[in-house]
Amino acid sequence: MAKYLVKRIGRSLLTLALIICIVFILMRQMPIEGYFQNFDKLTDAQIQAGLKEQGLLDPLPVQLVHFFQNMFKGDFGVSHSYRVNVPVTEILKDKLPVSIRLGCLSILVAMCLGIPLGTLMARYKGRFFDKFGTLFIVFIQAVPAAVYFLFIQMYGTTLLNIPLLFHPNNWRSWVLPVISMSLGNIAYYGMWLRRYMVDESNKDYVSLAKAKGASGGRIMFRHIFRNAFVPMVQYLPSSFLNTVIGSIYVESLYSIPGMGGLLVTVIKDNDNNMVQAIVLLYAMVGVIGLLLGDIMMTVLDPRISLGRKEGGR
Amino acid sequence: MLSLRDKLSRNLEEAAESQIRAEVDKTAGISDRELFSYARYDEKEAEKTGYSNYSYWGSTVRMFFKNKGAVAVMLLMLGILLFTFIQPHLPGQFDPNTVNNDPNTSMALRNVPPNDTFLFGTNNIGQDLWARIWAGTRTSILIGFAVAMIEAVVGITMGVLWGYLRKLDFFFTELYNVLDNIPQTIILILVAYILSPSVKTLIFAMSLTGWIGMARFIRNQILIIRDRDYNLASRCLGTPTRKLVLKNLLPYLVSVIMLRMALSIPGAIGNEVFVTYIGLGLPTSTPSLGNLIDAGRAVMMNVSQRYQLIYPTVILSIVTISFYIVGNAFSDAADPKNHR
Repeated sequence: MAKYLVKRIGRSLLTLALIICIVFILMRQMPIEGYFQNFDKLTDAQIQAGLKEQGLLDPLPVQLVHFFQNMFKGDFGVSHSYRVNVPVTEILKDKLPVSIRLGCLSILVAMCLGIPLGTLMARYKGRFFDKFGTLFIVFIQAVPAAVYFLFIQMYGTTLLNIPLLFHPNNWRSWVLPVISMSLGNIAYYGMWLRRYMVDESNKDYVSLAKAKGASGGRIMFRHIFRNAFVPMVQYLPSSFLNTVIGSIYVESLYSIPGMGGLLVTVIKDNDNNMVQAIVLLYAMVGVIGLLLGDIMMTVLDPRISLGRKEGGR
Repeated sequence: MLSLRDKLSRNLEEAAESQIRAEVDKTAGISDRELFSYARYDEKEAEKTGYSNYSYWGSTVRMFFKNKGAVAVMLLMLGILLFTFIQPHLPGQFDPNTVNNDPNTSMALRNVPPNDTFLFGTNNIGQDLWARIWAGTRTSILIGFAVAMIEAVVGITMGVLWGYLRKLDFFFTELYNVLDNIPQTIILILVAYILSPSVKTLIFAMSLTGWIGMARFIRNQILIIRDRDYNLASRCLGTPTRKLVLKNLLPYLVSVIMLRMALSIPGAIGNEVFVTYIGLGLPTSTPSLGNLIDAGRAVMMNVSQRYQLIYPTVILSIVTISFYIVGNAFSDAADPKNHR
């Protein structure tokens, strides 16, 4: 087990290092305007001086080494147009709590609705509730989130008289963003839980439980649900982290002062250092989520043999 | 696995036994003389064995057409696809990028609600929304198809190499383990941020990562079937590898490849909308469902102009849902386990 964990963590670190290199090298290909506050008014000499001061004229490998060194000190450079000369980490420190609070709430909603959805769909397979749930899942999966988010905002604000923009002290303005952010996860949990539960219910131990005379509900929850939930565990950390870090789309729709909305703003402002830091943060969270999922899976399910090559022949 | 084999062999034994018993029963009334005489040669009887009228594609199509709902959705989808391409050639259509002026006042016809001339109304600078929506559907479907095609071609090639050539397995597996960890949205945003937005760069950004999933899938399938007896036989008879892959391996995978392609089209269309929203999409001179929806979003709080959001979203939803449903129904139909 320890060998597997070391290998798995090592691979994640390798991936992270690779992502950082790729992101860094790609960002260097951007127009240099993104490193100045008032690019148009500067003379050539000032631009050159500014680039030199920021170390952007060094050869790429040197820059990369500098970047890694600064990163370990927690320094991601300063913002150039979003909030001039404020360190990126400082800006993110203010934004992160907002996203985390919203994300936790939406993941809670998603679990409270998604898990019963999947369980009930599997329990009443082929009946009305299953068909209704399938319809919901197909809709959420097939229609781009960008589209139904808009409709939730449009009709939610006009029909329910909820404020259009987010305000942390007004609980009513939390409702629509939280619902929007949880819909995708509800469908996701529902779909996979139903599939795993239907798979499990065809196994021999279910027949045994039935033969022992256990009631339908007891078989469903005590036997099938517990086994079906194990493979779900693999997705939980990623979906949790990805939601907590903030939905890019929802946050900017409701002007939520969080991470996701910030990314859209700084992309539109061409603020290179900010884009770089946020993209890295998202990438890091994605990698860590998958890593945690794999680790939890191996801890929880003793049947998984460790150290074997994934999908080995 | 073992229990399954046991069960199968037991079933087989039972079937054989009952058949023998039936044969014995049949011969009960026949005299020994007749039993031990030569049977007449009957050409029809000789041909009877070893023939099955099962055809994979025939059964797939038959199963698919049994699903009436899916057939209806497919007809709708084909209708829309056909219409997007014949629409510009119909009489009385406007150009999607021309600003329409009122002939009397020569003012631009802005935000005209849907009427007989402008079926879906005009947008905020006076362009015909009907023409823009179909032009946009064309762009979006083009992007979707291109991404699906690239993913399929690259994914299949890589997947075949990965699965078939053992030397490459380690390299590809490690590559997959690293690439699979990188969030796709991040790559999409980054590449779209760095390249200037155009249809080509969007297609490039979207197909950059999609192929790896396809390659992995093909690889797993190929590992399963590459050493089956019929492939061993082919190899022993000296069939070149290329022919083996094309004739023996790929036909087996066609249905699943088509399913993945059908599902990646709605994904690509949705990604285009997302990329446009975060400000990295196509310029408005190239209408796409993404920038039409984004333009509609800008005016959505204005109830009288909501049609500018609703029409493109409805068309987009019909296209994506129908691809999704048809793809799923087709994969069910293409699974030989469902053929009866």
